[in-house]
Amino acid sequence: MPGVMAAVERSSVVVEIGGLPIRLRCNDSAFIRLLTERYAGYIGSNDEADFDFEIELARPGAASSDEDLSVTWDSGRWLMERGDFRAEWNPSTARGRIEQTINPYSLDSVLRIVHTLLLARKGGFLIHASSAIRNGRAFLFSGISGAGKTTMARMAPPDAALLTDEISYVIPQDEGYFAVGTPFFGELARVGENLRAPIECVYLLAKGPVNKIEPIDAADAVRGLLGNILFFARDPEFVKRVFDAAFDFVSRVPVRRLTFVPDARVWELMI
Amino acid sequence: MNAQRYVSRSTAIAARVLGDQTMVMSAANSTLFTLDEVATVIWEAADGATPLEEIVTKKVCAQYDITPEVALKDAEILVEQLAEHGLLLLSDQPIVPPSNSPQVNS
Repeated sequence: MPGVMAAVERSSVVVEIGGLPIRLRCNDSAFIRLLTERYAGYIGSNDEADFDFEIELARPGAASSDEDLSVTWDSGRWLMERGDFRAEWNPSTARGRIEQTINPYSLDSVLRIVHTLLLARKGGFLIHASSAIRNGRAFLFSGISGAGKTTMARMAPPDAALLTDEISYVIPQDEGYFAVGTPFFGELARVGENLRAPIECVYLLAKGPVNKIEPIDAADAVRGLLGNILFFARDPEFVKRVFDAAFDFVSRVPVRRLTFVPDARVWELMI
Repeated sequence: MNAQRYVSRSTAIAARVLGDQTMVMSAANSTLFTLDEVATVIWEAADGATPLEEIVTKKVCAQYDITPEVALKDAEILVEQLAEHGLLLLSDQPIVPPSNSPQVNS
């Protein structure tokens, strides 16, 4: 019997950061187009995704991204909530759901959280750091807001490939650690290049009268890293994994203090 | 005479010894604490079964030139501070460790 089928067209896009393809579905195709533009350079094949998220767009309202973020584990799901989004993700089914405003940066936050949780399983982490590849090696510049992450990225020489000016993606690979490009940007407002390279060194940033690199002991290195690693989830097992990853990282990768003027000549020290 | 006090490391933390200090991170808020050499001795002995006074006399005073009275006073301040941050559990009874280790969530 002929009939009329009402079908809701659900568009989707796969965003692949750090080799982890996440499919994002939404019945608002305009929003999917917006995401496709936002994550240009990180769009994967729609045939392959390790994880699926359904996005429900909330009506514009008084939602605020300034509210406190909550990430908790409950009944087999991660629950993530802030003023501008509410999300849940079940790692065992690899499926999740996001209610958010139309602002794509709300999704940015959810993706950052999901990647910190996924990376923790692999021994990696996200860290407040700009990063760039030069001569096949990655350099990270880590610090709190205002420390100079974006400044270091902005002063990078032309032969350097910028991975991010804000949040660096660190993953163990080949007995060492690699830095991976991300679309997560800061003041520079520029998506990082989708590249990866072994990490040569992490520099903890400090501003000063001269450009100089100084060694620091392992305890200060761990403290410096842990102070800048993104910890979203208040969960003992997650915290232990990331904590252990920071110690392992320091045992394998040099961490130094970089004092800079700022002056583009600081990059001459990265040899 | 004061009652015996027992101390036990919380399970909601991550900790590692590095050199002569211990780094402890609270799972509740990711705050990082660094324990010095003497605090590390107390931390490592905080098994929930050994009274604090015994830890002080047998571990701290045995290794450092300090009187039991002063060491115990300092130790009590330390464990109360760590307990305030949720890193240690304090009790006037022996503390039985939880039978289940923290759940692996992801």
